[in-house]
Amino acid sequence: MAQTSKRLAAAAAVVGLYILLELLRRTGVIGAYWAQVMDLSLIITISAVGLSLIYGFAGQFSLGHAAFYGIGAYTAGLITKTLGGEIHWYVLALAAGAGAAGLVAFLIGLPILRLRSDYLGIATLGFGFIVKVLLDNSDKLSPTLGGARGMLGIPQTTTFPWVFWGAVLAILLVRNLVHSSYGRACLSVREDEIAADIMGIHTTRFKTLAFVLGCGLAGLAGGLYAHRYSYLHPQSFDFLKSLDVLLIVVLGGLGSLTGTVVTAIGLVFLQEWLRGILPQDYLDWRGVIYAIILIVLMVRRPQGLMGGREWSLRILGGGEPVQIVTGKGEKGRASA
Amino acid sequence: MGYLLESIRNGLPLLLEQVLNGLQLGFVYALIALGYTMVYGIIKLINFAHGDIFMVGAFLGVFGFTYWGLPWPAAILVAMAGCAVFGVMIERIAYRPLRAKGAPRIAALITAIGVSLFIEYFSSLKFVFGPNFRVVERPFGDVRWTLGGVGISNIQLLVIAVVLGLLLALQYVVYRTKIGKAMRAVAFDVDAARLMGIDVDKVIAYTFAIGSALAAAAGVLYALAYPQIHPFMGIMPGLKAFTAAVLGGIGNIPGAVLGALIMGQAEVMTAAYISSEFRDAIAFSLLILVLLVRPAGLLGKAGPEKV
Repeated sequence: MAQTSKRLAAAAAVVGLYILLELLRRTGVIGAYWAQVMDLSLIITISAVGLSLIYGFAGQFSLGHAAFYGIGAYTAGLITKTLGGEIHWYVLALAAGAGAAGLVAFLIGLPILRLRSDYLGIATLGFGFIVKVLLDNSDKLSPTLGGARGMLGIPQTTTFPWVFWGAVLAILLVRNLVHSSYGRACLSVREDEIAADIMGIHTTRFKTLAFVLGCGLAGLAGGLYAHRYSYLHPQSFDFLKSLDVLLIVVLGGLGSLTGTVVTAIGLVFLQEWLRGILPQDYLDWRGVIYAIILIVLMVRRPQGLMGGREWSLRILGGGEPVQIVTGKGEKGRASA
Repeated sequence: MGYLLESIRNGLPLLLEQVLNGLQLGFVYALIALGYTMVYGIIKLINFAHGDIFMVGAFLGVFGFTYWGLPWPAAILVAMAGCAVFGVMIERIAYRPLRAKGAPRIAALITAIGVSLFIEYFSSLKFVFGPNFRVVERPFGDVRWTLGGVGISNIQLLVIAVVLGLLLALQYVVYRTKIGKAMRAVAFDVDAARLMGIDVDKVIAYTFAIGSALAAAAGVLYALAYPQIHPFMGIMPGLKAFTAAVLGGIGNIPGAVLGALIMGQAEVMTAAYISSEFRDAIAFSLLILVLLVRPAGLLGKAGPEKV
């Protein structure tokens, strides 16, 4: 009974937040510029939650997350650009973007998920580069994709409700998964793959499951992005973008979903805020300050902001937070 | 049959020229890859900032022979010395505090990414190196010789000679000196090495110094061979060199050189015979294929996974 009322309270809180933000946007308290930043931060959140599942919960190191974001964006963009921007095509495009990213993740994941830790990271990094090269040359496949010049004229159908509820959906999906028996299996793979195997857990299956779902979320985020900005360029999906998502997941604290969400939103706003407060002559310092903040945060809090703890998850719908023993699953620390 | 022989006779000099181009690129990658592999061998850290040290080395060297009036060999040495100090500084400020806390490896990796971004953006500031591309004026003329239809340039010979010299020097340091022995001991087992009285932090500092000096030499050679420098020039060569180190088996010095040579050939051959746009894609596909067959790289030993 208490469980149900807590869930209702959580749902009410989310709806309340949505109404509040929508009101602030409608009344112009949040201007067009910051509204756009908010949309972007929510889109990044969806993608980061996907990587959080892959790396934070299942322990599979991926340096190519932006590739799947790109696959989703281009797939979705291609569909609405050829079929039209009506709502049913838009929904189909979002689903197809997520599906395409998930399918590619499945195909590439089957062979490469056998690799471990840094080797897996390098293989996914390589895959990210291959996707970038293919996107750069995509105009040879279909002129609509635009190749290195970028893809123009995608219908601008993504609005605030779509990104907000998309993010809520992504968070709920990962949260529920992590608390299910599937999630427990993923966690056990992260903590100790051999032990998990011995306990009868089909490790390949759960690694693939986490990877496909996480990349599917990146694809969904890509589809939303494509229809928010109506312009895609391969540069937006390169290696540096993969690093951005990794930064978010690690800074938030591995194995902390709330940490991922807070950091994703925080970092996007931090970058824009720095753009706003720096005088014109010092705008070049933006990257420098951002880098220093990163280094200081990481050196001060190596376990991430949340350090594997969940924040307000109990209020947001019950369930024990998923604890992580930092450093135990990672064999070998940064030298003993 | 006659046609086939004819085309081979015509194609062979071109092929050999491409092999030479590939060697030039591969040798530069090898110098960078050594720094990655040595650092990884000792502290298991992918030092993402290594590519940026390569960039700083290129700038120091080019400034040396363009503005500071140094002869080019001296400019290379100045760049190497400057970057050795710089590398040790980075280690001291950014990585050692994390080691002292026993932080997870991923925290060090993210810090390395932060350091990399910092070097790139700081170098782009106007009073440092500036954000623009700079064209490098070579301190010596471009000379080409033709041997049996195969063209070879003085730059190619210079790159190959300098890299071979540095590789021999490294071989000497690692296998014939006390600090080299300490490095090998730390790479083998940190705790045991510390128990034997080896100052692990000192060894790590030396490793960063040597790796950074090699990257700086690579930077100057790269700037001479492909005469254009800018603050973000280190990202791609750095990543490719790291890939080469993984290809050869990370932590393994001959493996890094082998991987780099393969990477150089793959890239140049793709550009020459398939399409220059696909050079990165082919190189990375090769990496993935090799890892699937040999998960620890070509010369790496697939030891039991310690958990």
